[in-house]
Amino acid sequence: MPGMPFRIQHPTLYKRIVVSHNSVLCLGPSAGVGPSIDRKRVSSFAPSIVSPKSKTKSKKSSASEEPEDFQEDIDLKAFQDHRVNKRLTAEEKLDLYTLMVRIRRFEERAVRGYQQGKIGGFLHDYIGQESVAAGSIPLMEGEDQMITAYRDHGQALAVGMSMKECMAELYGRHTGCSKGKGGSMHFFAPDKHYWGGHGIVGGQTPLGAGLAYALKYRGIKACALCFLGDGAVNQGAFHESLNLAQLFELPVVYIIENNGYSMGTSQDRSSTYVDCLAKRAEGYNMAWDYGNGHLLYEVRARVLEAMERARKKSLPTLLELKTYRYRGHSIADANFEKYRTKEEIKRIRETLDPIMVFQNLLIEEGLLDEDKVKEIDKAARQEALEAAEFADQSPYPPEEEIVTDVYWTTDNPGKHDNQGRIFFND
Amino acid sequence: MAETETATNMREIAYREAVREALAEEIERDENVVIMGEEVAQYNGAYKVTEGLWKKYGDKRVVDTPISEAGFIGMGIGASMLGIRPVMELMFFSFAYVAWDQIVNNAATIRYMSGGLINIPIVIRGPANAGTNVGSTHSHTPENLFANFPGLKVVCPATPYDAKGLMKTAIRDNDPVYVLENTLLYGLKGPVPEEEYTIPLGLAEVKREGTDLTIVAHGRAVLSSLKAAEILEAEHELSVEVVDLRSIRPLDEETILNSVRKTNHALYVEETKPFCGVGAQISHLIQSQAFDYLDAPVARLSAIDAPAIYSDPLEKIQLPNPQRIIQVALGMF
Repeated sequence: MPGMPFRIQHPTLYKRIVVSHNSVLCLGPSAGVGPSIDRKRVSSFAPSIVSPKSKTKSKKSSASEEPEDFQEDIDLKAFQDHRVNKRLTAEEKLDLYTLMVRIRRFEERAVRGYQQGKIGGFLHDYIGQESVAAGSIPLMEGEDQMITAYRDHGQALAVGMSMKECMAELYGRHTGCSKGKGGSMHFFAPDKHYWGGHGIVGGQTPLGAGLAYALKYRGIKACALCFLGDGAVNQGAFHESLNLAQLFELPVVYIIENNGYSMGTSQDRSSTYVDCLAKRAEGYNMAWDYGNGHLLYEVRARVLEAMERARKKSLPTLLELKTYRYRGHSIADANFEKYRTKEEIKRIRETLDPIMVFQNLLIEEGLLDEDKVKEIDKAARQEALEAAEFADQSPYPPEEEIVTDVYWTTDNPGKHDNQGRIFFND
Repeated sequence: MAETETATNMREIAYREAVREALAEEIERDENVVIMGEEVAQYNGAYKVTEGLWKKYGDKRVVDTPISEAGFIGMGIGASMLGIRPVMELMFFSFAYVAWDQIVNNAATIRYMSGGLINIPIVIRGPANAGTNVGSTHSHTPENLFANFPGLKVVCPATPYDAKGLMKTAIRDNDPVYVLENTLLYGLKGPVPEEEYTIPLGLAEVKREGTDLTIVAHGRAVLSSLKAAEILEAEHELSVEVVDLRSIRPLDEETILNSVRKTNHALYVEETKPFCGVGAQISHLIQSQAFDYLDAPVARLSAIDAPAIYSDPLEKIQLPNPQRIIQVALGMF
């Protein structure tokens, strides 16, 4: 944004958009679409420059250049009573918690594998964003489909892919989910309705529309979830997808996992917007929503509302979930402190870590105690360790594999008339 | 699959009608086939290839899209992963570049990167030719570019018969097939059987038999080559064999090599640009597989290596025409 002072490291973080909790997706005044932003509150924060007036507990040096009160109004228990959360059994809650812990321990183990030189290339880890995958993907049912970008490990574990096949893929082994042909950014599991794992920023967004198109074409009441990062919102393909999704009324939910930085460029240095990125949907007359992606209950509530709009009305939604990654854009991004402060990372980690927040909630709800926390963590670490051992011991793909899986017809000689992979059990 | 079933009821129809028949028959054969593109439905197609299809098959099967190539082609790729078979029209293949990431990245690599779990049964079709007085931006011939991507199939039919038979196969194929047509050929009439037929991909056809020189070509260059062959025979007593690749990838190497082994002379003719063009690939094939049979270096005639010029008389010179083909052919002896 022209004139945007660079020193403001993360002005939009939790600051300007104040969601009206427990009233998800109130209808907008004119378009009949649903921003859940309290417009009055928003206007008091807009436009995008946050004045550094010291409202609250001022911290040290660089903190004074960041929004002082970025945690303002965050209710960590938001949406606890939403129907999608009330219906959860104790066991299901623990499963969601466990999933987040498993994702984190998997990623930590993968980082170690990278540092040991066992994983090459790029490794974009999901640490800090676990609540988005764990909050949204378990809501999939029936013929619902999903697709994501290159930060795809969390989603993979959430759809039920095993740590072993994922880790083996990172290690480039034949036992990997893509036989070692895809790598970190290109996990696939169509049997679990997981259509990748896509490496080009925004490149998956038309494909997400296409998954929804196929569902609609077949008259199936289901939806497609399409995840993207905040860096993808400026890609042309994404805007074309939004136009098509609304024009053709496709049952797709676009979920912007906004971790604040497109690689090393902050949101305010890369995007122009009013209030938030999702509000761009108004230009396409599309429903949109914004929420705190750290809070698993809130993610579930907001994603469910969007999924229901897709399934029941065959309409798309653009949902932005504010989240945060603690590490670099990829593991190779050693200088991530160049574009943000240590304090920022530390503060979010200490106050809004999705696992910590949910853990505290479950302890309060009486479902978790210290022993159980340790037990879950230990099991996740063990599973990740075993996955790494499995990967390490797995063979690389044989050389012949270089030329297989290029063409379906070459891989299936003599079956030229076969219809190939047809889904929906026909 | 037989290349040609014995066709008893031939009739003359235009190239565009042949493509249209293929589309209509496949819409009727397979409920997953959907035609989409800019102006394909209510407008009846910018080049009238899809004329009447929307009226007959309705909104679900024939879909107008906005001018949004990256969006709708990507959408088609996504839908195809779930078993839909989109046949997407590019009004010009010159517009492929605004959808490049979808066309050569997503379509070509998803099967591979998924370890074979997914396939992408899409067709992208439309004209890809110069020579229509529209300037460079609308005159690209990217068949060599697409063919450079493992995972894609590239087809360039030269006749109505091939256009129909190859289109039907392309739609049934489980991989991405890009069918490059030619606006200068849309009105061309030729024999097409009443009966249903398909032509396999990767099968070249000897369009004319000869003993002295093999001309290999694809697309409209095949027709220019056939015309040149007639003149070469009549006026220069050269017996020319013309091999039409029909599909550039997969490539029928055997038919090319068999012909060259017979004539000992090979000339490639193409309307695309020479640098890293299809002819370069075929020349490599011939020299590496039939070197000992050659009595002369492999010759090549492509479009003159510059962006497509607008000015009409010069544009006609820029593309290979029978006169230039004859010139090059005679220079080989």
